[in-house]
Amino acid sequence: MSNLILEGKKGSRHLLMGNEAIARGALEAGVCVAAGYPGTPSSEIIETLSDASKERKLYVEWSVNEKVAMEVAAAASFAGLRSMCVMKQNGVNVASDFLLHLAYSGTRGGMVLVPCDDPEALSSANEGESRHFAKLVEIPLLEPGDFQEAKDMVKWAFELSEEIKSLVMLRSVTRLSHASGSVVFDELPEQDTTAHFSHSGAFIDPVEGPMTTLPVTWRHTQLQEKLQQAVSKFEESPFNTYTGPQTPELLIITSSACHLYSKEAIDLIGVKDRVGLLKLGTTWPLPPKLMQQYLIRADKILIVEEVISFLEDNVKILAAELASKIGIKTFFGKKNGAIPTAGELNPDLVVTAIAKILGINYEAMPQAYGNRAKALADLGAPGRDLTFCPGCPHRASFWTIHNVLQMDNREGFVCGDIGCYSLAMLPCGFGTLKTLHSMGSGAGLASGFGKLKMFGMDQPVVATVGDSTFFHAVLPAFINAVHNKSGFILIILDNSGTAMTGFQPHPGLQVDAKGDEAPHIDIVSVCEAIGAKVSVCDPFDIQHTQQTLFELLEDKEGVKVLVLKQICALSPEKKAKKMYEVEIDETVCLGENCGCNRMCTRVFKCPGLIWDKEKGVSTIDEVICAGCGVCASICPAGAINKKEVA
Amino acid sequence: MEKSELSYDPYNVIITGVGGQGNVLASRVLGNMLTEKGLQVTIGETFGASQRGGSVMSHLRISAASSWSPQIPKGKAHMVVALEPIEAIRVLMNYGSPVAKALCNTRPIHPVGVISGEVSYPTPDELKQWVKELTEKAWFVNATDAAMQMGNPIFGNIMMIGALAGIGELPMEREDFEMVISRSMPSDKVKANLSAYDMGVKMIRQ
Repeated sequence: MSNLILEGKKGSRHLLMGNEAIARGALEAGVCVAAGYPGTPSSEIIETLSDASKERKLYVEWSVNEKVAMEVAAAASFAGLRSMCVMKQNGVNVASDFLLHLAYSGTRGGMVLVPCDDPEALSSANEGESRHFAKLVEIPLLEPGDFQEAKDMVKWAFELSEEIKSLVMLRSVTRLSHASGSVVFDELPEQDTTAHFSHSGAFIDPVEGPMTTLPVTWRHTQLQEKLQQAVSKFEESPFNTYTGPQTPELLIITSSACHLYSKEAIDLIGVKDRVGLLKLGTTWPLPPKLMQQYLIRADKILIVEEVISFLEDNVKILAAELASKIGIKTFFGKKNGAIPTAGELNPDLVVTAIAKILGINYEAMPQAYGNRAKALADLGAPGRDLTFCPGCPHRASFWTIHNVLQMDNREGFVCGDIGCYSLAMLPCGFGTLKTLHSMGSGAGLASGFGKLKMFGMDQPVVATVGDSTFFHAVLPAFINAVHNKSGFILIILDNSGTAMTGFQPHPGLQVDAKGDEAPHIDIVSVCEAIGAKVSVCDPFDIQHTQQTLFELLEDKEGVKVLVLKQICALSPEKKAKKMYEVEIDETVCLGENCGCNRMCTRVFKCPGLIWDKEKGVSTIDEVICAGCGVCASICPAGAINKKEVA
Repeated sequence: MEKSELSYDPYNVIITGVGGQGNVLASRVLGNMLTEKGLQVTIGETFGASQRGGSVMSHLRISAASSWSPQIPKGKAHMVVALEPIEAIRVLMNYGSPVAKALCNTRPIHPVGVISGEVSYPTPDELKQWVKELTEKAWFVNATDAAMQMGNPIFGNIMMIGALAGIGELPMEREDFEMVISRSMPSDKVKANLSAYDMGVKMIRQ
């Protein structure tokens, strides 16, 4: 095995994931500190850097949440080092309080914030956007338009940040972060930086004084001047490019992954000599001279961007200001419905927009083929609903939680949270979750629901949270609940890692981002210290978990904690290792004649079980079964046998 | 085969399957092998929650000239490599055309709707017939069973990469596979992956 990211030589070309390209860019820029919180599609940036930290002088951490990550990275910048913080779009919301203050205080060593947005919410509970934060807190915004730029732009972002002494945002999206493309490497610098925080100078000295937002209006004015400096750099930026005829019929203005879709769309419908493509890498603030130079060339302007309008609004404002120089334009984009305002884009959606504006007919595939393929897919490709993995502890946990609440019969409900277990909103988790919002919100909502007894609400309230989520955002809500004498059951689904994003460590584990041993914060002790009663069960032990949960429901006062501890089936220590050999005794399984009406496949629905229609019995799919043995406990006929694997 | 001999530029491959089958690894191995040949490869894929038991797809754009969109336009796939048979049909519905070809693992993974009995799964014969109908040419292999015989169904994805090499549409060479796999895996796993690759090539050529 080799570490390509570190060993790749200057001038060599490699196939890199966008996130790896961003990490390599940070290394080429001589980044010293990087911090983040795991979140798809951003996680591989910190993972790649933590791998590199085993060989280079570089501090990388998985922070407890994104706000702390930004603070950790800012400290390094204040001490003169180049630093980076990385998060998915939600993380910027979490960090935004510090973000606003950091914009005012300014930075010293180059500091880059990398948020990775997720248009279409391919792996999120929202498709919120970080771009708007750049405008809101008045910091420069860069958006790479391909994989090479993802690397090169990071280096440029550090230089810009250092020059203007402001945080710079470099925004990626799923289709760059998780896509891969060709990247040519530059060299890695020597590492000889030392850290020192100068704080004894004059109060308003940006280099030698204290770092603060005070005096507010003075610092705010300074920030706005920095932004103007950025604009003059943007006028000359190599990341803003134009391809197309001198005077196109239609000018497309775009950025990020939409650049690749637009380029492809122009090629697909063969309009290279009719349509111009202005790809912007510096999207806030827009450089007015550059914009004037291209806006003047066409009467029709199409703005191609994802989710809600940002670029479109900013271009329109500039065009209004420049109207006397560039003339009146007709705009196409979000506002006129040419480009959707929700979901991600793709080449076909851009083709549709261009074809409509230019009056071109385009057929993606022969109609007869399309109809036949659709008919066959409807007939023969049954949908694949999301489900928990075979052997997932969450299936067992929600089986018990759902059944106990049903048997309790008081319309009890569960407030959900963010992680793989969010899937318990769906049939795979028996539709157990009844609320789902942001990190930690399930516990906060439960704290609120638990206070509604005085208004006659007597439904049992449960919140389910993951172990990483517990540290990230549940703790304040939990403390709030205990202090305010709320009443609910907090179930911590402890699968020993940040499982959904790929087993990144968290403060509850004995290991840090680099893989070194680290002090762990014991969840049970923390909960007890806060004053809650704590029980611990193995969710695979259905009977014990069920009994414990019943007892907790009987106890109507206060906040009770139930830790359901079982390692994730995909964790490196467990993967492909079966605890049990599971088999079904066909002579015992009563199939559809059983009173359960084949509960194992109809209700429990683990992908490791198959209903054999011909024989009328359940069978185990050897390829899929992970050997957790839980199905053996749910079969009323006792037809499923498990044998411990030696 | 030289890179200039690509039958289309960009040549578009979709590797599809079910979360957990090793789709991402297969696409990276193929992408890296072709990068070794001096080709520019762009890969688009999604992972995270979208993967849990769901259909997954990797889009590969292979070009002698430049980077392309990480999403293949509708109707423009040239080769569909399906690690699970019904996923071939699903992909062809959106990305297929009369000139598309398909390489298909025949071992089903039942969707939860099939397990629960709400919907049914087509028979192997139906599936083969439909994939053939929607493609210019199709190849079928039982990679999962062959991988089980090697001791672990997870080798199915690498076997399919071997089978794709066996088809000969792309400049894929064993030595590039060996280099790529040695770079990304601990040495004790290289040999088994090479055997899986060779087995895949053989399944097509014999």
